[in-house]
Amino acid sequence: MTEGILRRERGIADLADEYDVIVVGAGPAGLSAATTLAEAKARTLLVDENQTPGGQIYRAVTLAQPVDRQRLGEEYWRGRIIAEDFLRSAAEYAPAASAWSIQPLQNEVGRTIGHEVGLSSNGMARLIRARQVVLATGALERPFPIPGWTLPGVMTAGAAQIALKTSTLVPSGKVVIAGTGPLLYLLAAQLIEAGATVSAVLDTTPRENWLRAFRHAPGFLVSPYLAKGLRLLGTVQRRTRVIRWVSALAAEGEGGLREVTWRTDGREHRMPADLLLLHQGVVPNVNFSNAAGCAHEWDKTQLTFRPRVDEWSASSVVGLSLAGDGTGIGGAEAAAIQGRIAGLGCASQLGLIAPAERDRSAVPLRNSLARAMRGRRFLDELYRPGKAFRVPQDSDTIVCRCEEISVGQIRASVNAGAGGPNQMKVFLRCGMGPCQGRLCGLTVTELIADERSRHPSEIGYYRLRFPIKPLKLRELAALPQTETAKVAVLADLADTHHSADLNERKPQ
Amino acid sequence: MFRRLSDHASSEVTFTFDGLPVTASAGDSVAAALLAAGVRACRTTPVSGAPRGPYCMMGVCFECLVRIDGMDNCQGCLVTVQEGMKVESQRGSPTLATEPAQ
Repeated sequence: MTEGILRRERGIADLADEYDVIVVGAGPAGLSAATTLAEAKARTLLVDENQTPGGQIYRAVTLAQPVDRQRLGEEYWRGRIIAEDFLRSAAEYAPAASAWSIQPLQNEVGRTIGHEVGLSSNGMARLIRARQVVLATGALERPFPIPGWTLPGVMTAGAAQIALKTSTLVPSGKVVIAGTGPLLYLLAAQLIEAGATVSAVLDTTPRENWLRAFRHAPGFLVSPYLAKGLRLLGTVQRRTRVIRWVSALAAEGEGGLREVTWRTDGREHRMPADLLLLHQGVVPNVNFSNAAGCAHEWDKTQLTFRPRVDEWSASSVVGLSLAGDGTGIGGAEAAAIQGRIAGLGCASQLGLIAPAERDRSAVPLRNSLARAMRGRRFLDELYRPGKAFRVPQDSDTIVCRCEEISVGQIRASVNAGAGGPNQMKVFLRCGMGPCQGRLCGLTVTELIADERSRHPSEIGYYRLRFPIKPLKLRELAALPQTETAKVAVLADLADTHHSADLNERKPQ
Repeated sequence: MFRRLSDHASSEVTFTFDGLPVTASAGDSVAAALLAAGVRACRTTPVSGAPRGPYCMMGVCFECLVRIDGMDNCQGCLVTVQEGMKVESQRGSPTLATEPAQ
């Protein structure tokens, strides 16, 4: 098998100029979509930023050793099957490569016949054409803007999990884990099982969430989440202090983290810490779908923007499908099924399978998907982060980490006339650093909504532009002069001179 | 702030960080290798000069930017450490220098 894998693993210089399908992202959704398409005989390319398949949830799973199975659990271990199915398929695979743009290709009568995707790897860029594109760009951890969250020593809990999966690193010294969400206790349990000594878990889940979630308990009670959740909670509570109803969480220190402070039971508390791991759920990573012009909508349960997709995972842009957590959080199992459904949809678009066959093949998948999504609503309601953790109250708290823009500056700019996220870019450069709003976008939307007493759906999100990953001038200059290259270069200019964004009205 | 479990078989790789030798495991990302070596901050920001260190480890936050073999603005969490690699902390804005010949 190794020989087969090596044969299909490609540096980007070796890629063809054109494929039937390009899939972006090698998490459960992207892997399953690519496998399904390759099985349907589509010429398929899977592009991914990491060195090995698995995405973040199954990070480094093909390199995992038996000891990891015990440490990271059976659900992680199952990711091997998805990754190995893909590696056995005929799909080509370009690891350690970034996809940074997508531009529709049109025929002489203006009909979209495919897309051109900008890729770069190891200092080289290419524009590759495909008749269909599937974006499976997954999720990222919701911004957690508290005072001091930029201090060295403060990281996301997911970051610690990645360090464990990829390099068998476990937190040491005085470790504090804080936040909310179904993954918080999983991460805490994994780190404790791996030998980390956790001083405390500070649970920021608001009390009132329990009441709201209770209505959705029936679905949860019959889902596998219940037994798993109780087991994790048991492990964590036995091995460390769990402190509930935490508010006013902050990280303190000069030049690096020294202490964590919080309020509970009406009193202030502090605890020395070398490492603070933050987590308050995951949200779709919409940078690619947003820049591609896909329609998005505000999800009032998950409190995030998500791209609109149809029953075959097709977006509002012709020839562009979106699958997995990038379309709304459903978890790894659901993402893998959505990837298969998106694969069937694309294969049918390509004329490789008949609609009747597509529909027949999708029936068991849709049943599995419904099962995988059971209990999700309960979790969404229970672990909805409290408002003070989404819309920071302290005016000095940094919101945009890259440009170091604070809550106070954003509120003042709203009152000076910056009615939306894109105007905030012009006023403050907010969201214009290298992370391109990934770590501040939702906070900025909700802050502006709060200051203007509007709904986040009325405020909208940043209008993102290609390239969605920083690109070296040398890479750009070496590209052939196509529309995509021009769009990538001119995007910033267009952003500055184009202000026809309906979501951005000045405050009345 | 991190220690390495010793139950994985892996060969060693040596690189330098700000001129000092650091031993890593083959396959480590630069950011993971720095965390394992006890490095908390790997750059200062261009805006205020504040120290920053790895935050997300998955390529989205751009906090782990370092200079690798003379090239600024490399995402440490996405680059696999190599024997003899020269990694430096990035101070403020990167300088626009001639990139090394390929």
